[in-house]
Amino acid sequence: MVKVLKSLGVEVDFIEEQTCCGQPAFNSGYQDDARAVAERFLSIFDTTLNDESGKDAYIVCPSGSCTSMVKVFYEELFKNSPELLNKVRHVSQKTFEFSEFLIKVLNTVDVGAGYKGVVTYHDSCHLLRELGVKDGPRELIKSVKGVKFKEMELHDACCGFGGTFSIKFPKVSVSMLDEKIECIINSGADTLVSADMGCLMNIGGALSRREIPVRVMHLAELLASRG
Amino acid sequence: MGFEEVRFEQDSEKAIHNKPLQKALVNVTNRFRTARNKASEDVPNWDNLRAAAREIKKETIENLDKYLLMLEERVKRAGGKVHWAKDAEEASQIIVNIAREGNVKSVVKSKSMATEEIELNNSFEDAGIKVIETDLGEYIIQLAGERPSHIIAPAIHKTKEDISKLFSAKLGIPRYDKPEELTKVAREILRSEFLNADMGVSGANFAVAETGTIVIVENEGNARLTTTVPKIHVALVGIEKLIPRYEDLSLFLTVLARSATGQKSSTYVSFITGPKRSTDIDGPEEFHLVLLDNGRSKILASEETRESLYCIRCGACLNNCPVYRKVGGHSYGWVYSGPIGAIITPQLMGIDKAPELPFASSLCGACKDVCPVKIDFPKVLLELRKNVVESKKGSTGIGERFGIRLWRFTVEHESIYKITNKLSYYFQLPWKGRNGKLNSLPYPFSRWTDQRDFPAVAKKTFRERWKNNKGETG
Ligand code: SF4
Repeated sequence: MVKVLKSLGVEVDFIEEQTCCGQPAFNSGYQDDARAVAERFLSIFDTTLNDESGKDAYIVCPSGSCTSMVKVFYEELFKNSPELLNKVRHVSQKTFEFSEFLIKVLNTVDVGAGYKGVVTYHDSCHLLRELGVKDGPRELIKSVKGVKFKEMELHDACCGFGGTFSIKFPKVSVSMLDEKIECIINSGADTLVSADMGCLMNIGGALSRREIPVRVMHLAELLASRG
Repeated sequence: MGFEEVRFEQDSEKAIHNKPLQKALVNVTNRFRTARNKASEDVPNWDNLRAAAREIKKETIENLDKYLLMLEERVKRAGGKVHWAKDAEEASQIIVNIAREGNVKSVVKSKSMATEEIELNNSFEDAGIKVIETDLGEYIIQLAGERPSHIIAPAIHKTKEDISKLFSAKLGIPRYDKPEELTKVAREILRSEFLNADMGVSGANFAVAETGTIVIVENEGNARLTTTVPKIHVALVGIEKLIPRYEDLSLFLTVLARSATGQKSSTYVSFITGPKRSTDIDGPEEFHLVLLDNGRSKILASEETRESLYCIRCGACLNNCPVYRKVGGHSYGWVYSGPIGAIITPQLMGIDKAPELPFASSLCGACKDVCPVKIDFPKVLLELRKNVVESKKGSTGIGERFGIRLWRFTVEHESIYKITNKLSYYFQLPWKGRNGKLNSLPYPFSRWTDQRDFPAVAKKTFRERWKNNKGETG
């Protein structure tokens, strides 16, 4: 991601104090713990955005679900703390998922990448349904030189990850994953691209266990390819 | 069958290994889903209709007391009787008493989730009154002694062969294998039951406050017969089924039919206002409306999850749910299944009875996308998860609590976070497999690695790479 952004002339900084947005606890029902971690996130980024050097900055994140945590669910998490809601809105306005940032902020579809392969795209649930991002990643993929894009069936069906869901109900999770993998194989693609680390870890984990020769890539990795 | 406790994990595993069930689930949900998608695309302003339906439901639920009293008054004015039931037991009692007073020997029923909810058939049988389900799917599960596994297609878990065997065993007839033959058998039996019955019990899809009308949609015509042939008609209706005005119906009938089966309109839509009038040639002499609470007012009291009551029971969320499609209806442990079951069962029965259900979702939001009243499922599920954690039930035991604390402590301290990242690299080594990934981890992570690899932690963390070269080489 850093490489792609830099190649497009974006100045990139990484705030080292940052750790997590709080989503794992929030999704598991531990809202107090989530709130504490989210407050930390907010204060780090709010401070940066208020700095002289940070006032024109954006926050870019390579995962749809973390982005939706900040942009959608923080509002919910902090609904009883009006004093923090301003911070929430300030930070969330400036937060973008990676593909959305390229398209909406940088107005770029072709990042000059090259990759030889047949690529299919998995819509990660939060990116698609919470953030409404659907066409952007596909346009970005199609603009990569050498790529042949193939849509799979049930491309918008959940892969069965769902955070702790995958550990609480592993059998259900894997049976959802089975269906996804079948769709990937049937699409004839040799590379699966998605824009969420959770989905990639889940799908990739099963593909490698089953020794299915489909390469799994984050969108950023594909866009950084120069092959 | 009584409700004990939901065992989602256990029952879902059984369902996943049940091959015929898996096939049936794919077929049925795909059929409904495709039909629903097409039917919604055919309406140019579909999303506006959903938004409008939600608004009306919201208005109704926020003013439920007012509309309920209005409904009561209008039903009485039309010559009907109104009964209030606070729970399942009271509702069954009321209905059985109506039957006793009317000297009823035999009852026909049309499809109704509310009567399933209160297990009315058991109460009739205990009182020595014969009761027959007249919706084909319900008839099948009544013979089998099972619960519905889908809100609008209660017997989808049964294959043709299952039904053939069941009919032969329970009805003492030869084995018929063709669906048409089986339907014919059922139709003949049900016809004579209609003519013999002294009482018809139905649910309702909507109850219109302004006019005191209950509205029933169906495709088989059995509800029309149930509500018109016997001399007494009892409708059991959940208090959330209200809509304020008669004119709201056109919107609700449209979104219901299209969301449920993809039809433009259901084959039969019955509008029932009170018993037969003096000028009518037929129709029931008595009309009773039983309004059922059974936990609904508890939901009403919770601002966060109140929207669970907007549901019009179309079943679209089930058909679109990747979890339901794998686990089927019975895994949800009670009469309501799929996403709507996951949110209302814990609320109606008490969260301690079904602490797994709010977690039985990957929060993918596919349900929210299709719900005709736009219930915000992820939001409601998250709220219920919070309640489970607060009640210290289910899998949210001491281990998980400790895990979350540890995680919190780590991510709140950048230095510890860094060290943990670094240490993970060394800790993981014993589990690293030949493909460079983690192939087996100790419990609870084994629940991941039993069937999936876990990515290994890189030796150099992103932070270290960032420090060294600010991302210059990727
Ligand atoms: S929750 Fe919505 S989609 Fe599900 S059954 Fe009810 S109305 Fe239909």
